[in-house]
Amino acid sequence: MRNLFRIYLEKPELAGVALLVVLAALFEARSGGAFLSGDNLRGILGLLPEVGLVSIGVTVLMICGEFDLSVGSTFALTPMATSLLIIAGVPTRAAILLGLLLAAAIGFANGFITLTFAIPSFIATLGMLFIVRSLTVVISGGFPPLLPDDLATGEFTQFVGPGGLFRTSFIWFLAIAFAASALIANSNVGNWIKATGGHLEAAEAMGVPVRRVKLFCFMLCSVMAGFGGIIQVFRLHSPLPSIGDGLELQAVAAAVIGGTALSGGVGTVLGAVVGALLIRVIDNGLVMTQVDANWFKFAVGALTIFAVVSNTWLRRTARRIKVAG
Amino acid sequence: MTPPLISVRHIHKWYAGVHALKGVTLDVQPREVVGLVGDNGAGKSTLIKILSGVLQPDKGEIRVGGQRVAITSPKVAMRFGVETIYQDASMVPTMSIARNLFIGREPLRLGIGGIGLIDHDRMRREAIKAIADVDLHLRSPDASLADLSGGQRQGVAIARAMHFKSRILILDEPTNHLSVKETAKVLGFVRGLPAQGVTGILISHNLHHVLQSCDRVVAMARGEIVFDKQVAETSVEEVSDVL
Repeated sequence: MRNLFRIYLEKPELAGVALLVVLAALFEARSGGAFLSGDNLRGILGLLPEVGLVSIGVTVLMICGEFDLSVGSTFALTPMATSLLIIAGVPTRAAILLGLLLAAAIGFANGFITLTFAIPSFIATLGMLFIVRSLTVVISGGFPPLLPDDLATGEFTQFVGPGGLFRTSFIWFLAIAFAASALIANSNVGNWIKATGGHLEAAEAMGVPVRRVKLFCFMLCSVMAGFGGIIQVFRLHSPLPSIGDGLELQAVAAAVIGGTALSGGVGTVLGAVVGALLIRVIDNGLVMTQVDANWFKFAVGALTIFAVVSNTWLRRTARRIKVAG
Repeated sequence: MTPPLISVRHIHKWYAGVHALKGVTLDVQPREVVGLVGDNGAGKSTLIKILSGVLQPDKGEIRVGGQRVAITSPKVAMRFGVETIYQDASMVPTMSIARNLFIGREPLRLGIGGIGLIDHDRMRREAIKAIADVDLHLRSPDASLADLSGGQRQGVAIARAMHFKSRILILDEPTNHLSVKETAKVLGFVRGLPAQGVTGILISHNLHHVLQSCDRVVAMARGEIVFDKQVAETSVEEVSDVL
């Protein structure tokens, strides 16, 4: 028991992995083996990168002590801009790059406003949520523009792997997740991000460029959201101005389920991935076990509360055991 | 005669209309330990924040080793050998001891332009040495700061300052919230600074602590230095009368 607690203290996101295994087993049994079938896994893994990328970005930003409520809107505006550029004749890759630059600019604006006027990022990005969503609808002309039928999106959406199990987007997702994980856990910038979120004054006094660190995290978060949006639009082959609605809170839920602290300083990329995967598994598992899909939000809500309550309790208990031992 | 190690000349600082420092002048000699006392709002914190690069003076000059310098950031202060231990803003409680010791100065194994991958092995090794060097006994450099007592945290802060070869160590209320035993240990360390070739500035509310561990007492009130004497030539009564 004590060993279990020690493992938990060192790798709190493993609790999420355990929950994932339990849920998968439950859904597998209740769906008569359909849940873990190749077809179904393909569906889960095909959707995961989209919300997963947003969750990673939001997690990194939360570790440095800030929030971004505008990711859902950025998730919509970025692919909208990219699509319009493609329709206007800009080469696809250049259009993607320009779209991501726009996302970076939104992140910069979020950070600049938050830091310069010393207001909570919750407020700055809440405003940006409305502004960016409005811009998306305005530039779309109120009607989703039509992407060319022969648009080559294979780099992001084509099925690959054994039995076509996952899409190319999944490879992008894995590569980005590994890079983000190395950034947070193994780079000096990651150390600054954790210090900035863990204790701002201390980080500042030790010479960490806290303002630049935060700006970087805001921009990274927006670019991740924009890229997730581009992948979704390429998968659906249609830039709907309404996509990503409510995603900002799902991403926070994924981060928190994965062990990221709301107060900053604590969190891992693996936790964000596990949190996003749990949400996808619940969404899909409810359908596969023929539960009314309207229970999805109920389940995510319950899981979020459960995760934070149990994390708080486990941390306290594990600590007590450690101190006693 | 050698120039003062650190010399502050006619420093002024205004905050939103408040004149926090009104022309403060102070010389600190090499290997001297100065106790800085005064009530809240006397300007002690402002003065040390200027010395450690967190704040910039509005007027006046600072000399280190006789050279006029501009301490524009904490990094610059560290480059001059000024290390500061704040009462509770020195450590990040959510991070490990090893990471805390090297925040902002991580050893890298692969990097470009000051950004890169941390050399975790070297960081752990140096952390163990830094902790042992200040005679602190901790189980592991991977333990979280949150698991340490106040005294142990202060010990880690001291270990960091010594590891990076500070020439001037500023301690801001280092004995706040410490047990009697831990307080004695920190004061003993301050007392021993000159023997290690380090100059110290100790900020404290407690006059007894200052008289026990410093060579000289400087008192501030309302943004000015109002008292400056060698410890041997004064007493707790005399200093408290001034305050």
